[in-house]
Amino acid sequence: MSAPAPSHRDIDPDRMIACPACDALLVDRDVAMGDTASCPRCGTVIEAPRPLAMTRIIMLALAALILMIAAVFFPFLELGAAGMVRRSSLLDTVMAFATGLTAPLTIAMAALIVILPVTRFLTLLYVLGPMAFGWRPARHAAGAFRLAEALRPWAMAEVFIVGVAVALVKVAGLAHVSLGPAFWAFVALVIVTVLKDNFMSRVTVWKTLDARRTS
Amino acid sequence: MENTGRPPHILTARDAGLVGCTHCGKVHPPSAAVCGRCGAALHARDIANLQKVWAWLIAGMVVYIPANLYPMLSTASLGHTTENTILGGVIELMHHGSYGVAAIVFVASIIIPVAKFIAIAFLGLTTTRRVRMSAHHRHVLFEVVEFIGRWSMIDVFVVAILSSLVRLDFAATITPGIAAISFALSVAFTMMAALSFDERLIWDALEDE
Repeated sequence: MSAPAPSHRDIDPDRMIACPACDALLVDRDVAMGDTASCPRCGTVIEAPRPLAMTRIIMLALAALILMIAAVFFPFLELGAAGMVRRSSLLDTVMAFATGLTAPLTIAMAALIVILPVTRFLTLLYVLGPMAFGWRPARHAAGAFRLAEALRPWAMAEVFIVGVAVALVKVAGLAHVSLGPAFWAFVALVIVTVLKDNFMSRVTVWKTLDARRTS
Repeated sequence: MENTGRPPHILTARDAGLVGCTHCGKVHPPSAAVCGRCGAALHARDIANLQKVWAWLIAGMVVYIPANLYPMLSTASLGHTTENTILGGVIELMHHGSYGVAAIVFVASIIIPVAKFIAIAFLGLTTTRRVRMSAHHRHVLFEVVEFIGRWSMIDVFVVAILSSLVRLDFAATITPGIAAISFALSVAFTMMAALSFDERLIWDALEDE
């Protein structure tokens, strides 16, 4: 893959690959397991197949989904001041903007913290599940994977965790705060998500989907 | 990959009269409209793409102004209410002595958004003009902008967490302010600006020399 195209005339589009970042035309070689193919011009990693990557991704997505369920239903943070205790769940956090002019933010918050990450986990399971077992791709797998990739920048679970840390410092002087089980579930979820995204090579997934569809 | 002199000439899909998918890399004849492998829309370089970037960027800058002028949150404690803007919140954190957290909030809500406005505008302008900064460095700059954009959302999350947590009736209550919504919109708009920027434009100037 790292070799530039030979010359203008004998180019067969099906044997070439264009770097998604800089459009350099490269010969589409098979990349061996564990190797990393990157663009010679801009350095973008094009393909990085890893052994059992598909299985690992679906396992991690499944783990993330279970952790998310735990994070939503268990108490998230607990605040005590002057003899009063206030428990706050993830759902309360989402509903914080529900009154007044900031109401539209409620939907955005729910989407960024819970709905979009869950949608990503489900679509990845749907697309990569059959791949891991060596089956034919599920119906509309291409559309589902496109959706999962489009949602990637908008699923902000890890940003939320840093927000929690900042909020804790802000109220530390005001009241006593303790972390609930849901907080730890959410931290685990972030770690699992980062691991999962590191295993994923977009071009490799597309090639596998393509190969399975035609075979 | 460390080239000291001129980089070796590399043929692009556009030079070869083909269209490459920016999503999965598959190469198509120029007549194709949709990628045969992943179904993403194929597009040649066009100026409309850059106009979309400018539109999102300007929208993001406009809503960033009220985000700084109006209160992000208001704290009602024992009868009196104080309202805090983004900068006010940072200053208050510094008064409490938590400089680390003040730095996080300051970087996430002021430095990153402003640096992003400048970086995207710079990348947009330099697609058509010659600059000293190499394509490689601009490519890295774009990747940083793309990666870092979502982290500006921290302050909105902080406001949400504080106002759901601190509801102790008379003792202390925190409610979100209108700046939270315009700040969230500003982050979303600049993320859209970065997403609609065609990275290939950075490298095109290299071939046109």
